[in-house]
Amino acid sequence: MSKSADDTDALMSAAERVEKLTETRLAENGTRRTFLKMAGLGAATATAASVTGCGSTAPTSEEFFRQHYKKLTAEDKERIFKRIEEETFARTGVETHISDPPPIDGVEFAYALNLSVCNGSRRCVEACARENNLPDDPEIRYIRVFELELGSMEFDDGTAYYGEGKVPEPKKFYMPVQCHQCDNPPCVKACPVQATWKEPDGIVVIDYSWCIGCRFCVVACPYFARRFNWSAPTVPPDRINPNQGYLSNRPRFKGVVEKCTFCLHRTRKGRMPACLEACPTGARKFGNLNDPNSDIRKILDTKRVYVLKEELATLPRFYYYFE
Amino acid sequence: MSGIILDARRFASSSVRSMLRGSRSYYLWLAFLLAWIALGAVAYVHQLGIGLFATNMVDQVPWGAYIANFTYLVGMAAAAVMLVIPAYVYDDHALHDVVVLGELLAVAVLMMCLMFVMVDIGRPDRIWHFIRFNWPRSMLTWDVIVLNGYLVLNGWITTYLLFTKFRGRKPDRKKYVPFVFIAIVWAISIHTVTAFLYSGMGARPHWNAAILAPRFLAGAFAAGPALMIIALGEIRDRMGFPVSDRAIDRIRQIIAVTMLINLFFFFSEIFTELYSFKEHATSMRYMLFGLKGHTKLVPYIWGAIVLDVFAALVFTTKRFYRNATVLRVACGAAVLGVWVEKGMGLVIPGFVPSTLGEIVDYTPSFTEFCVSAAIWATGALVYTLLLKAAVPIELGLVRMEGAPTLQPDTHAHEHEHAHEHAHEEAVS
Repeated sequence: MSKSADDTDALMSAAERVEKLTETRLAENGTRRTFLKMAGLGAATATAASVTGCGSTAPTSEEFFRQHYKKLTAEDKERIFKRIEEETFARTGVETHISDPPPIDGVEFAYALNLSVCNGSRRCVEACARENNLPDDPEIRYIRVFELELGSMEFDDGTAYYGEGKVPEPKKFYMPVQCHQCDNPPCVKACPVQATWKEPDGIVVIDYSWCIGCRFCVVACPYFARRFNWSAPTVPPDRINPNQGYLSNRPRFKGVVEKCTFCLHRTRKGRMPACLEACPTGARKFGNLNDPNSDIRKILDTKRVYVLKEELATLPRFYYYFE
Repeated sequence: MSGIILDARRFASSSVRSMLRGSRSYYLWLAFLLAWIALGAVAYVHQLGIGLFATNMVDQVPWGAYIANFTYLVGMAAAAVMLVIPAYVYDDHALHDVVVLGELLAVAVLMMCLMFVMVDIGRPDRIWHFIRFNWPRSMLTWDVIVLNGYLVLNGWITTYLLFTKFRGRKPDRKKYVPFVFIAIVWAISIHTVTAFLYSGMGARPHWNAAILAPRFLAGAFAAGPALMIIALGEIRDRMGFPVSDRAIDRIRQIIAVTMLINLFFFFSEIFTELYSFKEHATSMRYMLFGLKGHTKLVPYIWGAIVLDVFAALVFTTKRFYRNATVLRVACGAAVLGVWVEKGMGLVIPGFVPSTLGEIVDYTPSFTEFCVSAAIWATGALVYTLLLKAAVPIELGLVRMEGAPTLQPDTHAHEHEHAHEHAHEEAVS
């Protein structure tokens, strides 16, 4: 994932790899014949649902009795994704596509943020909100940018509520915080029902359809990275991002927890996270830790980086540095 | 076998009949509780409709009144063991007579605990997802297991003893004494596990302390027996159950010790945090003095400290505790003081400042108040009904038709050594 001239090649190969992986995983989870049979069944159920008109408001019985994500077969997923797409369409009139790109073998994602150049514009916050279908009412944001006094790293002395005026303010610096995708995540340990877990590429995900909304993970997170849907989230139809990942930016509902997923529906297909693309100063760097030519590796190899609250031994995949 | 089932049906219908019979003031009391429950039900339906937005909780303070009450009540449930240990381990006769009443209180309180968890959950329709529980890693899973286990244990012990008495038989020690001893350990475990929910969190310095579980237990073992003294007074006055002064005084002695230990632990914690004045002291400062003009919690905490100290003073000073009214007031003070200090006083400062230094004050919303009050009312209702069924059986006033009559002079028959006690009393 380097930004060199052969960028496109690298991207293509990553995308191809994903496609191939998806195919093999589908094949693994059942023979083709059962797959087709189940797909047909799924379609029949879906038609029945749309005829009776249920499925848009109350959870369907299928939704209610659904298995845990890790027990779903490829056919189950196909059926569930289709139902969610139909529900979104019935609700908003927007055609969405839900995918579930699996983690890529040998890839471990990490993020680095250059505090010397971040200017507090909060473009990342907005780009993230649009990309991930975050509601404005009630406002949910995955990234929180703190305005801190030069000479102090104390959050207590800073604020996340600085005005919309010109940034950067003199004598201030800015520190965005989002999910650190810890290698030793306290939130995952806390969850009583295994609704959240760490994927092989290091991304901590939530199955919004399994979360019971106890908020123990919100309490356990040292980085204030998890958000709870205190009321039903609404995104205006013209703001819905139709490119959705099941474990990332697909529709959420009232009473469940959500968080940053490093835009896994993009990054697992070889693209950069939305926050990085939106950053006007180039403060954000992202990539595969296992790729010696990646941006992230170059930074870790050459800069003096640090992580937040290192003493908690959460082992974040999110690094800060000055330059 | 069919005999037992028939008897169980008689037991159930007779119990229901006892519950429905009562004086005018009894019906007024039930109506009062039911009115609160109805109000809370409306509030809860409102909350289900619009989500937990109906509460004043936010991402910075993700747990509030519900979990605070839950935490406190777990302690109350565990406190029944303070009667069971003297009764069963040290063969304290006076407490033997009232121990079933304590166990019934534990049953009612546990139901309140589970209800407080249910109303706090964002998706109660998915509660069955516990089938995929995260054990042994998640402390919340542990908590669900131990709480339900304790409910089953106490439910079994009390039902077995009362049912046997109802049938006019002698209880088989093998069928309940082992469970009594399991329940003793179990009671300590429910509160310890609940404390571990908090103390296991590295992200929250205010909770991340080894003193938390001991402090929890000490506070619970003060407030629980204090509530028991109040309840026993009411039961004696209103239901004619002979509660001996010795039983009350034995419980008073227990509280005198546990309340002092509780205050000592609290003081140790305050000293360690404030003297070193590390960053970790911030929550403590918020709680005791307020931070940057945020002082919402301060009057409550100082109020709790005053109540605790007052209670400790009464429980240890003969001049005061000999007066039954003063003693009851002190029990009320202990119940209330520990409720503030262990409930809101422990849960809320854990979130202030937030993990990223934000200070967000929290007070329960009207919905939270109504739902919480309704759960308390439900607990009171359950306990009232259980007592209404149990006390006549305990007194020997209600028996299955054709059941062999026991000696009428003792209501401690179901407990071990009952015969010896009766004999001793007769001799003396």
